Amino acid sequence: MRTTVRIGCGAGFQGDRLEPALVLAERGKLDYLMLECLGERTVALAQLRRLHDPKHGYDALLERRMSGLLPLIAQNHVRVVTNMGAANPIAGAEAIVALAKKLGLKLRVAALTGDDVLDALDPSQKVLETGESLSSIGPLFSANAYLGVEEMLPALESSADIVLTGRVADPSLALAPLAHTFDWKLDDTERLARGTVVGHLLECAGQLTGGYFADPGKKDVAGMANLGFPFADVDADGNAQLSKVAGTGGRIDRMTATEQLLYEVTDPRAYLTPDVTADFSGVEIRQTAPDTIAVTGARGRTRPDTLKVSVGYQAGYIGEGEISYGGENCVARALLAGEIVAERLRGQFQELRVDIVGLSALHSRPMSDGAPEPYEVRLRVAGRSADRALAARIGEEVEALWTNGPAGGGGARKDTREQIGIVSCLLSREKVRPQVTVLES
Amino acid sequence: MRKKLYELAHARAGDKGNTTILSLIAYRPEDFAALRRHVTPEAVKQHFAGIIKGSVTRYELPGLGALQFVGESALGGGVTTSLAIDAHGKSLSSALLEMQIEVD
Repeated sequence: MRTTVRIGCGAGFQGDRLEPALVLAERGKLDYLMLECLGERTVALAQLRRLHDPKHGYDALLERRMSGLLPLIAQNHVRVVTNMGAANPIAGAEAIVALAKKLGLKLRVAALTGDDVLDALDPSQKVLETGESLSSIGPLFSANAYLGVEEMLPALESSADIVLTGRVADPSLALAPLAHTFDWKLDDTERLARGTVVGHLLECAGQLTGGYFADPGKKDVAGMANLGFPFADVDADGNAQLSKVAGTGGRIDRMTATEQLLYEVTDPRAYLTPDVTADFSGVEIRQTAPDTIAVTGARGRTRPDTLKVSVGYQAGYIGEGEISYGGENCVARALLAGEIVAERLRGQFQELRVDIVGLSALHSRPMSDGAPEPYEVRLRVAGRSADRALAARIGEEVEALWTNGPAGGGGARKDTREQIGIVSCLLSREKVRPQVTVLES
Repeated sequence: MRKKLYELAHARAGDKGNTTILSLIAYRPEDFAALRRHVTPEAVKQHFAGIIKGSVTRYELPGLGALQFVGESALGGGVTTSLAIDAHGKSLSSALLEMQIEVD
């Protein structure tokens, strides 16, 4: 049996940079490369593309990301585990196989399906966030259950070079290869929890290596233009060392890792995944070498009985307009412009948001005393409507400030876009029908 | 002496639906006690008045020198339908570090 497995993370969100994964695949001496590319909205948007065309609905960057990677993973025997199947893993697998053929490579792709549970939901069941029933929130068009290690293992056992999933829990992209390699049982909560911590640290890629950390003069990060993505060396008990490829930019230390460990964790004593209930409260992070940390101390309890489901619904249209003001009294002119637009649109929107970018757009007010008045600001007005034409009126009214508003406005922009809402609900495990389909080039 | 949290700690914000999750991590282990004493859930709720509209829960992670705050009803109805320019509330980490506390 192997003593350690090396898993790299080459993407931490759908639009992540392509190059760091190539560096990992080429020089990282990896066993596995995980690519986490599927946010809650991303899968809903992919489902819309699939509804439009049944051949689509997999990750929009799949071909671009894979075209550079495939020759490297074939040459270096790196197995890829990724959720880039999005709303259509089978079509995604077909696209990868076609690409491999074009590149003259022999590769096997295992597609995991079964996360699409739109037909299995009961419209009367409750939304977790608000307690309303699903049927009351608007037209539903996607529902994807977070699958986990149990559903992914058959795909790994198929000895495919690439495991392509739809919605799975992000940490499971790392945990499944670990459970597969070390034969961890599904009730081995301690090891599953340690592996989940590794997956959670890796899942946002550059967020572990200093890519969401730098504050010049306070928290400096060297070589950010060439930011390296992380990998983990994990032993059969789930203890891990995390580092990055030598020569790349960024940093991994106790500070960057602590930020990532706690990132989006609503209860550090009970981090819920389909695989385990992980307790992060006893986790220790030690620096063992430059840009290398050891992570130990996670504990685990039984996994939740139910699976979390991410539900997409049509939430109308957002209209938005922006215009800038500069120099003496610019804030007063921007405020006046906002008042004018709000008066012209009065009564037509449930909520009209008026921001002064540079002053109040992020936190609605300065969060400390004595914040200086900015030299320039930008007015932003936004609102939502079920009617696209009405949403567009917001940008039109902001643009019209050119000749119907205060002095010196410049750089007007307008935008109208469809809005996808996401809510969550729970589903019993028996309702999902996971299936693995293996294709070869 | 009053100090901004910015001088004592670093922070990261995350989101789940309409909930913001703020991590506050002491640069030096010896400052953790002051953070624990002064950066109470009540103080954070007051600092974010008008922004975090629901409850604030605090988790203590002394081994990491960190406090974790979970603020409900904080993201304009939810990340995916918020009208805010920063719908995720990512920049709330910087807002937290603007808070001032009394240190010895």
